[in-house]
Amino acid sequence: MERSHAMTPRRVSLTVNGESFEALVEPRTTLVDFLRGELGLTGTHVGCEQGACGACTILLDGKTVRSCLMLAVQADGASLMTVEGLGSDGRLHPIQEAFREEHGLQCGFCTPGFLMSLFELLHDRPDPTDEELRDALGGQICRCTGYQAILRSARLAAAKLRGDPAPAGAGGT
Amino acid sequence: MKPAPFEYFAPETVDEAVALLAEHGDEAKILAGGQSLMPLLNMRLARPAALVDATKVAGLDAIRETRRGLVIGAMTSKRTVERSALVRERQPLLHAATLLIAHPQIRNRGTVGGSLAHADPAAEYPAVAVALDAELTARGPRGERRIAAADFFVSYLTTALEPAELLTEVRFPTFGDGTGWACQEIARRHGDFAMAGVAVTLKRGRRGRCADARVVLFGVGPAPVRARAAEQLLVGEAPGETLFAEAGRSAGEAIDEPLSDVHASAEYRRHLAQVLTRRGLAEAAARAGLAP
Repeated sequence: MERSHAMTPRRVSLTVNGESFEALVEPRTTLVDFLRGELGLTGTHVGCEQGACGACTILLDGKTVRSCLMLAVQADGASLMTVEGLGSDGRLHPIQEAFREEHGLQCGFCTPGFLMSLFELLHDRPDPTDEELRDALGGQICRCTGYQAILRSARLAAAKLRGDPAPAGAGGT
Repeated sequence: MKPAPFEYFAPETVDEAVALLAEHGDEAKILAGGQSLMPLLNMRLARPAALVDATKVAGLDAIRETRRGLVIGAMTSKRTVERSALVRERQPLLHAATLLIAHPQIRNRGTVGGSLAHADPAAEYPAVAVALDAELTARGPRGERRIAAADFFVSYLTTALEPAELLTEVRFPTFGDGTGWACQEIARRHGDFAMAGVAVTLKRGRRGRCADARVVLFGVGPAPVRARAAEQLLVGEAPGETLFAEAGRSAGEAIDEPLSDVHASAEYRRHLAQVLTRRGLAEAAARAGLAP
């Protein structure tokens, strides 16, 4: 009986993609389950639930984190950004455009994590080297064997965000 | 809902955290960055009755330089360590080892104290702490105590910490002139846990001889393995490829019970320990100005 309150929900208030939410959650709820199940933000995917695959990567106060390796109660007071916060109402974010143009996805399951990890990197390093791109994306697993296309997408995304003129033949290989 | 139910506490001071740990004893687990504990909770390999979340505890995430080295708060994230100009300049071995840990997304959340207290035998920080003679500070119900890294890592996922003790900070001594260092590892993929690795320091003495050496292996036993015989081979000698190869062979023999698992056989880990020691010594010697 002494632990009967372990299941007692706790109040959490947080901001997701600029919108404020308040909810009651059981302490053992992971952040990704909360985002998907409570807030209906199913763009963030649940893969391995042990931090290895990266599909659940979101931004917590501007930094990428695995949302499967956090409890929802820990996000109380935080500002989150999920893949739903990238584009706006029918308009793709330049990173998403780049993935479409360079075929940076096949089944798309891993894509939200790639997009968010790339978002953090390009915010910090607008003109990353290939080594920096590989380092930032190395923690994301794609099982459709799309890494080369993902790297091309990442390079194009950086160029788009910098406002570089489109290179000849862009949209091809 | 993956984890089994637990009572959740988010103390804001070290005293509150220690009081909670004392109250719940063996039933409690400290949640630091969660990058190792959360998978264990999600898979229900750990089912603590109480979770004491240290992320809201104030004052545990600073890096400061003292006369005896860099003092790093236990809840400092690995990303903060990685990006600290102070760490890169004053304790480059710690900086280099940090870059080998997992991925940016994990380093954003994972903490220095969490890695040390979790004591995964394949982790970099425990070996680096032993190589540098780091000193760990823990707070418990009876106050504060300091533990030498050499005494801290007891066995697989087991440290000298008492159930009611919270790791608060770690002091990493800095290098004087003429000290070289290296951290080398082999993992299946960059960012994976190492199959084997080594942290090495070499101090330059007179007439191009080694004044001191440290060789600490990880991923090859239940805790960091200090290869004392290999160190003894180096001290007082002029370094060179032959000596490094000999020290590497000795380091391979220092391993009592190499892990054998799906990633690597015990024999392969012993081989890696030899090769990495040789390479690490060459790298450290070059940094120390001891290159033959």
